Amino acid sequence: MPNIKELNDLTTQVRRDIIRMVHKVNSGHPGGSLGCAEFFVSLYNELLETKEGFDMDGIGEDLFFLSNGHISPVYYSVLARAGYFPIEELNTFRLINSRLQGHPTTHEGLPGIRIASGSLGQGMSVAIGAAQTKKLNNDDHLVYSLHGDGELQEGQNWEAIMYASAKKVDNLISTIDLNKQQIDGSTDDVLPMGSIRAKFEAFGWTVLDIEEGNNVEAVIKGMKEAKSLTGKGKPVCVLLHTVMGNGIDFMMHTHAWHGKAPNDEQLEKGLAQNPETLGDY
Amino acid sequence: MKTYTYTEKKDTRSGFGAGLAELGRTNPNVVALCADLIGSLKMDEFIKENPERFFQIGIAEANMMGIAAGLTIGGKIPFTGTFANFSTGRVYDQIRQSIAYSGKNVKVCASHAGITLGEDGATHQILEDIGLMKMLPGMVVINPCDYNQTKAATLAIAEYDGPVYLRFGRPAVPVFTPADQKFEIGKAVKFTEGTDVTIVATGHLVWEALEASKALNEAGISAEVINIHTIKPLDDKAILDSVAKTGCIVTAEEHNYMGGLGESVARVLAEHNPTPQEFVATKDTFGESGTPAQLMEKYGLNSEAIQNAVKKVLKRK
Ligand SMILES: Cc1ncc(C[n+]2csc(CCOP(=O)(O)OP(=O)(O)O)c2C)c(N)n1
Ligand SMILES: [Mg+2]
Repeated sequence: MPNIKELNDLTTQVRRDIIRMVHKVNSGHPGGSLGCAEFFVSLYNELLETKEGFDMDGIGEDLFFLSNGHISPVYYSVLARAGYFPIEELNTFRLINSRLQGHPTTHEGLPGIRIASGSLGQGMSVAIGAAQTKKLNNDDHLVYSLHGDGELQEGQNWEAIMYASAKKVDNLISTIDLNKQQIDGSTDDVLPMGSIRAKFEAFGWTVLDIEEGNNVEAVIKGMKEAKSLTGKGKPVCVLLHTVMGNGIDFMMHTHAWHGKAPNDEQLEKGLAQNPETLGDY
Repeated sequence: MKTYTYTEKKDTRSGFGAGLAELGRTNPNVVALCADLIGSLKMDEFIKENPERFFQIGIAEANMMGIAAGLTIGGKIPFTGTFANFSTGRVYDQIRQSIAYSGKNVKVCASHAGITLGEDGATHQILEDIGLMKMLPGMVVINPCDYNQTKAATLAIAEYDGPVYLRFGRPAVPVFTPADQKFEIGKAVKFTEGTDVTIVATGHLVWEALEASKALNEAGISAEVINIHTIKPLDDKAILDSVAKTGCIVTAEEHNYMGGLGESVARVLAEHNPTPQEFVATKDTFGESGTPAQLMEKYGLNSEAIQNAVKKVLKRK
């Protein structure tokens, strides 16, 4: 049984990391990062079966690919706190000569990262390729990926979605961060996408909703269910309903904090709402 | 020596936004498209004043290029707006087939070009776009140097019938060209007269070249600074006339030295008047996160780098 209090404490600490990181360099993407904190905490602490250490090939372990690379702050914080690299390194986010690039990259050799992302819409194809390699290697571990909802407007996703079911890539769980926001406004204002569930289903995927995407228990339960649906001939899509900016009241439910850093005062406010649990980096 | 000063710094993308807004008022055929980056491209004013002539495409750049091509059929003049990477590499074949090869009057307007977009890092810092675009037959490639020149270029390309790639940037940089300038596509602008060395620069590197020429002048080196805002078609004559006098040249650009302005200049010189040349450009590398100034220094793209290149090329005369 997962210790929910511990995971919640970790989530709170991750939120602090996120806003401190983007505040320090006055750039980066807090909104989507905060909305996905529970997902990342659950993924790296309860769901992924991983080996000690990190190697690129990841044979004999589950893999995760972040397609919406702009939410690197949450990724970096959770990776560091899961032991992939020193927590102090979070101090170097977006600075020159850092391994913690604005968007995740393999170029500087940061442990935990297996593909560059940042230019949207490319991650699902990569995840499919990695899933097919697992099959070729008779490796029965899973491939997970995360995508923004706005990101689904990129056509490459739909090529990938069509392919994954046609080729029965059933060792893949692609999660969509359904926060209903993107840069220029809500997804409904920018480009209404109708039912994402119906679209994935029409393309031959098994689809599952996690309505409480900002509740660690609900995320773990939903993702375990998703896992139980793998290996049945269809790729699995999880619609993760989240709140952009979750956990910091003035950042919630708006696209305004998609890519904007808090000022000093806003940082203090945000930190006050998320008291230190495991120690700041 | 003529010197240049500035009273304010502005981002070149705002020059694009101001030009587009003016076109909205003066040219009813101008339409604008954007892929979820309205604020970054400074398109708000145009959209506010002409909502019916604006198309929000969503995060779908390939679709945007195709729609832009289609909008020209019937006489519209589409201006597409997104970051330079997503304006070029992301959509190369859509531009190639539906716009360039089909000869469509689309203006591909690209912000956050080069390394000075800063903290977002290499995924967003395209240093290959000039090369990609200039290789397309019939494509005009323009990289203005400041706010005023970008605004003037935006107005000028609406008057030109054919595909254009207009490249500009994110950071605030000195405004040193006149507000009332007339922008002539393909015509170089000579900023300083000199006799020892020609410095040919484009985009953000023009100001750095002027700074370099000041410092060089104090060291007794007379540099002729030429602003090549149009990389294609290139003003061959301006370059050849200048090197006939100076006998050596430095090219400066915020781009990979493979495929950029420097290579275009080298081709002209090789054909007509082989001349020692040094390249101030990135040297076949990706960028990284950092502040614009840090990155310009680390990747050798500032006034100091230009001065060093000048000293080197003078020895090769
Ligand atoms: C190909 C591409 N086009 C545009 C962008 C610029 N961009 C970065 S994030 C973003 C919005 C993404 O929306 P969504 O996937 O919903 O993420 P969220 O805002 O919810 O974090 C855009 C347009 C990009 N990074 N890549
Ligand atoms: Mg979203």
